[in-house]
Formats: sequence, structure tokens, C-alpha cells
Amino acid sequence: MLASKRLQKELLKMHAHLPPGIDIVSTDDLKEWLMDIRVLDPNPLYQNEVYRLKFSFSKSYPIEAPEVVFVQDTNRPIPWHPHIYSNGIICLDLLDRQGWSPVHNVESICVSLQSMLTGNTKKERPPGDDNFVKYNTQRPRDINFLFHDNSV
Amino acid sequence: MDSDDEFNSSQGSEDEFMNDQDSDVSIGDADDGEFLVLRPKKSVNKFRWLDSDIDIDEGDGGFESQDKDIKSSKHSYEVDFTVYSPEQIQEHQNSQIGEVGNILGQPPEATAILLRHARWNKERLIESYMDRTEEVLESAGLGESASDPPKIEKIKGFACDICCEDEPGLESFAMKCGHRFCVDCYKHYLQTKIKDEGEAARIRCPGDGCNRIVDSKSLDFLVSDNLKDRYQELLTRTYVDDKDNLRWCPAPNCEFAVECGVKDKELAKIVPTVHCDCGHFFCFGCSLTDHQPAPCSLVKKWLKKCEDDSETANWISANTKECPKCHSTIEKNGGCNHMTCRKCRHEFCWMCMGIWSEHGTSWYNCNRFEEKSGSEARDAQAKSRQSLERYLHYYNRYANHEQSAKLDKDIYLKTEKKMSQLQISTGMSWIEVQFLESASQALQQCRQTLKWTYAFAYYLARNNQTEIFEDNQKDLEMAVENLSEMFEKPIDQLESLKVEMMDKTAYCNKRRIILLNDTAENLKSSNWEFNVVLS
Ligand SMILES: [Zn+2]
Ligand SMILES: [Zn+2]
Ligand SMILES: [Zn+2]
Ligand SMILES: [Zn+2]
Ligand SMILES: [Zn+2]
Ligand SMILES: [Zn+2]
Repeated sequence: MLASKRLQKELLKMHAHLPPGIDIVSTDDLKEWLMDIRVLDPNPLYQNEVYRLKFSFSKSYPIEAPEVVFVQDTNRPIPWHPHIYSNGIICLDLLDRQGWSPVHNVESICVSLQSMLTGNTKKERPPGDDNFVKYNTQRPRDINFLFHDNSV
Repeated sequence: MDSDDEFNSSQGSEDEFMNDQDSDVSIGDADDGEFLVLRPKKSVNKFRWLDSDIDIDEGDGGFESQDKDIKSSKHSYEVDFTVYSPEQIQEHQNSQIGEVGNILGQPPEATAILLRHARWNKERLIESYMDRTEEVLESAGLGESASDPPKIEKIKGFACDICCEDEPGLESFAMKCGHRFCVDCYKHYLQTKIKDEGEAARIRCPGDGCNRIVDSKSLDFLVSDNLKDRYQELLTRTYVDDKDNLRWCPAPNCEFAVECGVKDKELAKIVPTVHCDCGHFFCFGCSLTDHQPAPCSLVKKWLKKCEDDSETANWISANTKECPKCHSTIEKNGGCNHMTCRKCRHEFCWMCMGIWSEHGTSWYNCNRFEEKSGSEARDAQAKSRQSLERYLHYYNRYANHEQSAKLDKDIYLKTEKKMSQLQISTGMSWIEVQFLESASQALQQCRQTLKWTYAFAYYLARNNQTEIFEDNQKDLEMAVENLSEMFEKPIDQLESLKVEMMDKTAYCNKRRIILLNDTAENLKSSNWEFNVVLS
């Protein structure tokens, strides 16, 4: 009830206005949305690339954070970043239970991810990416990431 | 002493609760410093069978003698501990809040937040509060004084940032930080935190980046009564969770907590098994079911290993081989001996492990068993087999005792039923047939110990201590199997076997104590060598 009302309002607002570099791809239902984001600065790591984000909302959104992952597609790679695993799972405190505030929304998450990419200069995956991608069967929200390095 | 010890050395009401300083506390010398030893306050013989608790007063029958021996004198493998009820924990928490609140001049709600924020280290809290009041309040999320009663307000032009509603007359709530949300959203938020996420002591304001903690007054004001109970329960939980020397009994539905002075850094030298009033034996170090004589870190490694290997180990030995080139595991699923490794595309013969190209066209039948490429590969295979076989040797014995303990228990439960019939037919009293229960209990406990001796042995490197260990293991094993055998005797023979069975029960318990004392003493004095590093 709260989730659908809130999402409808967000959608209305986003259709009216969205910051540059953020586009709606599909919002067919109120459970799962796809968004595209681009990095606006001339950062060589991300130039001429578009990334796709999948948002999954629970009934308790926005009290509970949505699940947000990068998804791979033709022309939609997974961006390089020390906090983004090669399967698209993002390690960002904003999306974690501790860091989430219900004041955030789809647009603000997109903006945060945009700026997280903009500030990055390392063409790296998180440590242990291989194993994590191979063995992780948990949903992103159930993973306890350690945010030991908030500088990137 | 480090700051974690302050709890034990502090003054006031907590001493009466947590330990009796005059009579029961002694200071022991551990290798890395002092530690407090707390003696258990009561020793009740309590057995749990069929989900029912049976209390037996000491001296009620003949069967408890060996049990008494274990309780009354302390063995090397035993640690001191105390069991507390939820009421005792709550009581103690409240008295600490009251006491510290008086000193700080803060109301109980704020004091509770401060104490939880300081992880219940009251000396450190009082000291830092006196030095830097504003800073301490700020970091605990209390900001300016938290004395005003919380209230719901209707504010003109207010829009809720959570639900995005802005209709006039919308009821809203904000704490001192000023982050205002509609009452429905606030309630919804708190409910999710308490009910779904199990949070209590550190629920923050829903505002982005705001560190203010929702105090219990605001919380009481906003949440329903049944949620308040859950909240109180969770707060009590955090109290125990925050204290290094307190731990919840992990038995399902058990509400007791156990206090024990053994520190994390001592776990390579002590295996601190404690005994909850509910009957459960568990390790204070890692909360797993009693795993003496194996230290926590070996247990962790072993369980991980079993998890990784157990399902695979069995069929690996039967149906799979390693690719001689890249060592990935290959499963044979057809009759043909020409194998192609899925990973590196190496082609080889299943029979001889030799390179396939050396086989010519006789693909259906290997006749090149002594070819060089094959024998080298077979050597490598044999090596990895060997380590697998070593593991399986210990694992099979470990698993066997686990399995047997279940079977013993099944037999006992069946026997118990028949025993009540026996009581009727022979006129034996209830207490007279309890020798079966003590026998069963001894079996369970000894098998639990034996099981872990095999994990222990797997990591044990040979030195002059290992022989004694292996002898002890063998003796206990034999004692257990002898007793276990008697369980399978027909019920009409049991009465005449009573004395023999009681003897064998006592012997099992004795062998177990001998083994555990030996392993514990050598662990404490670092006489064991392990082929892994104990952390
Ligand atoms: Zn609202
Ligand atoms: Zn706030
Ligand atoms: Zn218990
Ligand atoms: Zn343990
Ligand atoms: Zn291969
Ligand atoms: Zn061959």
C-alpha cells in the first residue's frame, strides 16, 4: 500500500523531470524497474557506456531499501568499480540496512551511483570477486558487506 | 586488566547480582593475564528427555553417584560459569540504569541509550560523560537534553518525505533533530525495524544521515503494546549481546543466559563448555553444542571442511577423477574411456589416465596401462587420494559416533516405554529403573566427546603426547561400545543386568573425564602440535 503509493508518486515526478544521464527503461509494474545511467564527466573508465540498473521493491519500500543491481545486456556492461562485483551486485552503504533512509528514492539512488562512478579512477573489482561471484547465492540484501573503505 | 574486565571489578549492586565477591570469586592466573573465576551457584541435576524436564534432588536414588563426582570437584576441562534467568538480567539492567542515571543526572530513557551506546561499560561512560558531556550526548544520538515529552503535531504546509503525502492536517512527529515525518510512516518505520529487523537499541531517526537514536519514550508513544514487549525483549537481548562475559543459551526456546570469564583470546587454550539450567551443554566460546576436546577454531575448520567435502567426498572416490592436466574434477557418466576435460579440453584415458593420443584407435579398450604419461598422472591422483582417504578415515569415525548417538537415543526411548511396563510387572520403582536413563545419558555425552576427538585427531600432528591421546580415545571408545551393546539386550534381561550396566556407565564417564582432563591440560600448556594454526 505504502510502496505502491510512493512508487506512483516517484514515477509521476520522474516523468516530469529527471537529472541528465538518468533514463527510465521500464516501470511496467510496481515491483521491478529498470533504469539506465551514464557518467557525465569525461571519465575514461566509463566514457560512451550506458549501464542498466534493476530495482526490486518489497512491500515495505521505502521503509526497506530496494534491491539494486547492475544488469548485463548487449551494450550494457557492468561498470568497473572496487565496490561493484562482476555479477552486478553493488556494495554501497546507502543500500544497506544500516545506511538506508526511507527518505531516499529511485532518483536519489541513481544520482548516488552516478557520482560513485564519477569519482572512481580504479579499473578494479572488489577483493575476492571471483569467489563471491562463483559461490554467492544470497540475495544482495542478505549480504553483510563491510564498509571499511568509504572513500571510493 | 583491560577495560572489558571492568564489569567484574566494579562496585555496587551489580556485584550482588553477577558474583558474590566475598565467597565465590577467586582470581586465577591465565597465561596472558588475570581472569576472574566465578563459581556456579547451584548444581541441580536436571535431565531432559522427551521435552520434559525432570528435576531430581540429590540423594534421591543410587544412580546419581557418578554424576555427583563430576559436579562436586572441578576438573581441568571444566570452566566456571553462572546461569541467569531473563528476570535476573532485566533486574540487573534496570539497577544499572538507575544507578548511572543518578550519577549523570539523566532520566532513565536517556541513561539507557547512553549505556547501550557505551556497550554497558559504565565506568568508561561516566568518565567520558564527565569530561565531554556534549560530545557523548551527541554521539549517542541524544543531542540537547531529551527531557521534553514527545508529541504529535499538525503543521501547516508539511509534506512527508517518506510517503510524499502533503494533505492538510496530516499528523506528524519529529524528535529533537527536527526530521519530521507523518505519524503513519514513523510507525511503519519503527515496526519494520523492531519486528522484521530485530533492532532495538540503535534504531536511528529515519532522516537521511541522521544519527539520532529513537529513545524509548518516543518509541512508547508511537508503537503498539505488543510491539513494545518485543522491543523490551530485544533491548534485554542487546544487553547480553554487548557483554563479552554473557551469552545466550542457544537451545531453542531457552531464555537463560550464561556468564563465563573465558575470553576470546583464550580459546586456543581452553574449550569452555558450560551447562545451562535447561540441560543444554554448549561452548561459551562459539555457542555450538559441546565440542570438547576440540578447540573452537578447529571445530570451525572441521565443520567447514565437512560442508565442502562431505557430499562430494563420497562420490568423488567412486565416480570421479581429476583431469591430469588442470586438476578439475571430472565425472564419468558413460561407458567410454575417452575423456575430454570440459575445462581445459585435455583428452585422456579414464582407465590409465594417460594421454588419449597415445592410445591409437583402440578407444574402446585401454591396453596401455604402463605408459609413462599415465603412471605420472596416477601418482598425482594417488597423492590427492591419500589426503582424501586420511580425511575420510577421521570423518567416517566422526560421523559414525554422531549417527550412533542417535541410534542409542532411539533405543533408549523405545526402552523407556518398555521400562514403564517393566515397572508394572516387576514392581521396580521409577527411581530404580533410572539406571537406564543415566546409561543413555552417558552414552550420548561420551559419543559427543568421541565424535570430536576425531576432528581433533585429524588436525593433530604427531608428537610424544599423541600416543596417550590415542590410547584414551581407544579406551573410551571400547567402554562406549560395551555399554551401547547392553542397550540392545532384550528387555526382560535388563533387570538382571542393572548392576553391570551401572558399572559400565560409571566406567564410561570415568574414561571420558580422563580423556578430557588430558586433552585440556595439554591444550592449556601448549603441548599439542597441530597441522593448522589455531586462531
Ligand atoms: Zn508519511
Ligand atoms: Zn533525525
Ligand atoms: Zn538453556
Ligand atoms: Zn567452541
Ligand atoms: Zn582439464
Ligand atoms: Zn588408457
